[in-house]
Amino acid sequence: MSKVLIVAEHDGKSLNPSTAKCVTCARSIPGAEITVAVFAQDAAAVAAQAAKLQSVARVLKVEHPANEHALAAVIAPQVVALAREYTHVLGPSTTFGKDVMPRVAALLDTAQVSDIMAVESATRFRRPIYAGNVLVTVDVDAGSKIVGTVRTASFEAAAEGGSATVDAAAVQVELPKHTRFVSVSAAKSDRPDLQTARRVISGGRALGSAENFKLLYSLADKLGAAVGASRAAVDAGYAPNDLQVGQTGKIIAPDLYIAIGISGAIQHLTGIKDARTIVAINKDAEAPIFEVADYGLVGDLFQIVPELEKLL
Amino acid sequence: PFWLPGRHFAMKRILVGIKRVVDYNVRVRVKPDGSGVVTDGVKMSINPFDEIALEEALRIKEKGGAEEVVVATIGPADTQQQLRTGLAMGADRALLVEHAGALEPLDVAKVFLKLIEKEQPFLVILGKQAIDDDNNQTGQMLAALWNRPQATFASKVELAGEQAKVTREVDAGLETLEVDLPAVVTTDLRLNEPRYVKLPEIMKAKKKPLETLPLASLGVSPRVRVTPVKYEPPPQRQKGVLVKTPQELVEALKKKGLVA
Ligand SMILES: Cc1cc2nc3c(=O)[nH]c(=O)nc-3n(C[C@H](O)[C@H](O)[C@H](O)COP(=O)(O)OP(=O)(O)OC[C@H]3O[C@@H](n4cnc5c(N)ncnc54)[C@H](O)[C@@H]3O)c2cc1C
Ligand SMILES: Nc1ncnc2c1ncn2[C@@H]1O[C@H](COP(=O)(O)O)[C@@H](O)[C@H]1O
Repeated sequence: MSKVLIVAEHDGKSLNPSTAKCVTCARSIPGAEITVAVFAQDAAAVAAQAAKLQSVARVLKVEHPANEHALAAVIAPQVVALAREYTHVLGPSTTFGKDVMPRVAALLDTAQVSDIMAVESATRFRRPIYAGNVLVTVDVDAGSKIVGTVRTASFEAAAEGGSATVDAAAVQVELPKHTRFVSVSAAKSDRPDLQTARRVISGGRALGSAENFKLLYSLADKLGAAVGASRAAVDAGYAPNDLQVGQTGKIIAPDLYIAIGISGAIQHLTGIKDARTIVAINKDAEAPIFEVADYGLVGDLFQIVPELEKLL
Repeated sequence: PFWLPGRHFAMKRILVGIKRVVDYNVRVRVKPDGSGVVTDGVKMSINPFDEIALEEALRIKEKGGAEEVVVATIGPADTQQQLRTGLAMGADRALLVEHAGALEPLDVAKVFLKLIEKEQPFLVILGKQAIDDDNNQTGQMLAALWNRPQATFASKVELAGEQAKVTREVDAGLETLEVDLPAVVTTDLRLNEPRYVKLPEIMKAKKKPLETLPLASLGVSPRVRVTPVKYEPPPQRQKGVLVKTPQELVEALKKKGLVA
């Protein structure tokens, strides 16, 4: 039997949907018994949400003032303190999980399997490498604890309807004071979250300015879509960093992805491999994005986008 | 605890990790038998995030925040090329920990811990991920083993005395942390734009010190904890259709139920 500990991602109030995807990944480990750990200052609300996820047997609340912000150096030793009785420790492959989980693995003197996209057995996993151009299947030492991050775009979120028990866990470890949270600046937006949106409209370098990017926001609002961007658009300051889609940005799996003025570099495409339908709008008929697009429209975005908005 | 007489201790030093990887422009191919990836005759470069790491170290030094920048790599003898490029960019010294085979991030972190004992840096800058294995682990693991702070995915680093203020690219936006030094920072794409090396610098770099250390001399014995059993190309998407007008596009999307 496998005992899986999932490190919950949350903002103090709500459970991040990435956690429900980790649950689905964990469920594909044969015979998995799933526990979700919530590290927070006050974990009650988030723990209650985690307890509703189907297949979760138990939720552990680890409450401490130092857990107000998710600092890897603070959370990792607490995860390690809980990890003893588990065979697997999983977290999402989001910036939160990518920060914390390798620190956990090193403290456990074990390896990490990053970006798990499929589980073949309790010790065999598949993951993308080389910007998703290659998939590798790996066997992990059965003797040691397995630490992994879950590629959230590869798994559906676990449904609600469960009723796990919620317990408070006391963790006796000294927490470091060498790392302090200062601030976070998150763009406030009423648009859907990029990582979970059903529809995403992304813009590239061709937009030419932050001003022009508004064309996309207005089209997105018409469709109830989230907005994304290529690295070139973010580098140029047309869009904020949290909109970047790709190898080093967000990996997403919307039903509909509309790439506007994006060439389709491999680093970008790896972020949208799991999109159901890809639409490309580009004035260059040879652009590589057309190789992967389900629907392509060759032309000038500055003409096409306003027309689309009128038609929708 | 790491102070050892006779080591390079007194100098304010930054240690930068650079990995030799298949150039980001190369479209890699899986070997027909699925045993690995074709790397013969393929262009190799410094991992892009590590160029950014080195650039940041150089800028800190140029502003008077450090006295020496040391680049280190673990890899086969050929990795000298990337170290020479690093020296040409402006690093003062290079360390080559020679090891021919693959090395897991945990072992890379263990090697870097040994280099830290030897070099006593006040700051270690690594890339956030190597673009071959896309692991994104080494910096975090090193910080854990060293029992020091980590500031990953940095897009801004400001040093102030015994502390560093680091802005990080996170899913929600930008997060700022304050960490006590020494610490490990890993770089994100927007930290800086690395400089180009000029020909005279390449000539000068040939005279800069490059020390080779066999892996065994550091007392790290690598282990294989994760064994690759099969490599394969990802499933290819079907090439779709070209539509001629926005109207045609909207109709097609409506038909598939993708828009109302
Ligand atoms: C280590 C590393 C990591 C990276 N990670 C990422 C990542 O996570 N995400 C990412 O996106 N990139 C990433 N990149 C960058 C990637 O290689 C490309 O440079 C980038 O995706 C290009 O962005 P783009 O398509 O917007 O720009 P370009 O490649 O310049 O393409 C612009 C496109 O717009 C079209 N165009 C121009 N004008 C118009 C018009 N008026 N109407 C319609 N079309 C027009 C052009 O034909 C062209 O195809 C990474 C690169 C490296 C080295
Ligand atoms: N063999 C290596 N030699 C030097 N630095 C390395 C090596 N492997 C990883 N690194 C550093 O660790 C970072 C993250 O790598 P990874 O965890 O493998 O994605 C890289 O960007 C490098 O800075």
